[in-house]
Amino acid sequence: MSKAAEIDIVSVSKVYGATTAVHAISLKIPAGTYCCLLGPSGCGKTSTLRMIAGHESISSGDVRLGNVVVTDFPPAKRGTAMMFQSYALFPHLDLVDNVAFSLKMKGVEKDERRAKAMDMLRLMQLEAYATRRPAQLSGGQQQRVALARALITDPDALLLDEPLSALDPFLKVRMRAELKKLQTSLGITFVHVTHSQEEAMALADLIVVMNDGRIEQAAHPRIVFEQPATAFVARFMGDHNVISGRVTQSSEGKLMISVPAGADFLAMDKGAAGLAETADIAVRTDHVRIGQPSEKGLGFTGSVTNVEYRGSSVKLSVIGAGIEDFTAILTDKQFFVTPVKVGEAIPLCWDIEDAVVLGRLKH
Amino acid sequence: MATIVETETEQPERVRSNGFRLSPAAISYLQATPLTLILGGFLLVPILMILVVSFWDYDFAQMYPDFLTMNYTETLGSWVTWKIYFNTLKFALLVWLLTLAIGFWVAYFLAFHIRTTAMQMVLFLICTVPFLTSNIIRMISWIPVLGRNGLVNSMLINTHVVSEPVEWLLYSDFAVVLAMVHLYTLFMVTPIFNTLMRIDKSLVEAARDAGASSWQTLTNVIIPLAKPGMAIGTIFVVTLVMADFSTVQVMSGGQSASVALMMKNQMSLLQYPAAAANAMVLLVLVLLMVAGILRIVDIRKEL
Repeated sequence: MSKAAEIDIVSVSKVYGATTAVHAISLKIPAGTYCCLLGPSGCGKTSTLRMIAGHESISSGDVRLGNVVVTDFPPAKRGTAMMFQSYALFPHLDLVDNVAFSLKMKGVEKDERRAKAMDMLRLMQLEAYATRRPAQLSGGQQQRVALARALITDPDALLLDEPLSALDPFLKVRMRAELKKLQTSLGITFVHVTHSQEEAMALADLIVVMNDGRIEQAAHPRIVFEQPATAFVARFMGDHNVISGRVTQSSEGKLMISVPAGADFLAMDKGAAGLAETADIAVRTDHVRIGQPSEKGLGFTGSVTNVEYRGSSVKLSVIGAGIEDFTAILTDKQFFVTPVKVGEAIPLCWDIEDAVVLGRLKH
Repeated sequence: MATIVETETEQPERVRSNGFRLSPAAISYLQATPLTLILGGFLLVPILMILVVSFWDYDFAQMYPDFLTMNYTETLGSWVTWKIYFNTLKFALLVWLLTLAIGFWVAYFLAFHIRTTAMQMVLFLICTVPFLTSNIIRMISWIPVLGRNGLVNSMLINTHVVSEPVEWLLYSDFAVVLAMVHLYTLFMVTPIFNTLMRIDKSLVEAARDAGASSWQTLTNVIIPLAKPGMAIGTIFVVTLVMADFSTVQVMSGGQSASVALMMKNQMSLLQYPAAAANAMVLLVLVLLMVAGILRIVDIRKEL
């Protein structure tokens, strides 16, 4: 069942009246990839998905699926199937007829389509509920029906619009694992819209972080997390402190920035910013230690504003050196060697490899 | 509809703990009392009175308490009655088909083709504007339109489409059905619009995603989901048409008859027991029709 298709989005825009929801984005999703479109609400991720699906007209640009340009195709002709946020199961039909719906539209004989739908329900372990209506099922079961209905058309790509948002946290984690397993076994391309970075990290081969109708970064989860491209990505992915300042020095592959009315900070230079320009540095919260920095600019001294015990780790909030809110996550072991209290002044430090210079999108 | 108003307004005061305390059962009965009284006094008792009277004897001047089945045998034994019932059912069927088609069309347009809710409400209110005038006035205003020298005929003659005025426009079954459709279509639009508004728009997208054409979406998704609204509208229209006498009288010019018109004539001849028997037959017939509709479509989830 490996007939996955590459999805190629070429400078696609979506304009609603005077507002632009998606600004000429380009993206290549390789065949058989689990791709997550990640971003806050209103960032254009759902519009992008709906344009791939054909439920939203494309204002400019093209979408290619495999070797076919599908820009002007209706949804059913594209070889994609969509799973809707609220599942959109037909309340008046039982599960068999829900799953067989697209076959009925194609004019497949009743017995044949019901048999195929039963096979699909068996795959989803729902055959016992075949004659029930969607309203009689739990959220997780409804989601499996929606999956079965989408997959019966044998699509090249499955498009999922916030598929886990309607489930309770426990079920969310379970269905997440099921989705990943399904994608691996089917081998088709999945495009999954979510606003949860945790979900995206757990599932995706390719995370596409979107903000304000633009792609901030599209890369493997590990790259997105370890080398966030922009300040937005670093903040949205979490677990990063973002320090903004003006570049004062740039030499020997090192960059020094100066925080307004604060200290100077050092980072590895990637040539992203010139002298006197503003630049952002991201520092992983869990790579911060208590102690004197090995070199000037790789730490600061600040006062503790909050201490949060989280079991295996302790979260410290620190203010100082012109930085409003700096977070350090220490392991419980590290913390309890030298516990600190709110109001105490402590030195924090990190290694130069943990300070990443962030780029800025050229709008 | 009276039920809703009654049960909501009758919220008994919580009795203070130092005073006497009503048992929960008594409170429930107390809450149900006003509605029971109203329905009992103004619906059940009159129906029982009609039932009792329908077995009485009568002559040209007076009614005599009795227990005779004569009124029923006379009513059901006469071919005139059967013809009038058939005629009334014919009106009901025609008006139902037309109001259903027009009502669904209007409601579908309002629910699926008007984008903003504000505009939907404005247009829906415009649909109700004719109802600010009385039924009779709206009916009578058809006469200058359809009459021998009315608007339609003078236009047809002036444009030389016909040389003689068209006679069947007014005082005919056509005129009766036209007026009834005009009067009752809104009773179909409202409940269907209500059900259509509750259909999740993503269902339409899901159908499109599954390859359904607009027509297939309509027949496979929208119409099945609109059935409860259609059933409620059908109950309104059918009961209204079955009980109508003024429209039939005015618009047919006395050339057509309905069951209610027959009853009215019997009453004007002081044949109250005969009219009562007729009323009971009509009541049973309409109740059977409503029961039939409710058997076919489950409207409980609508209420």
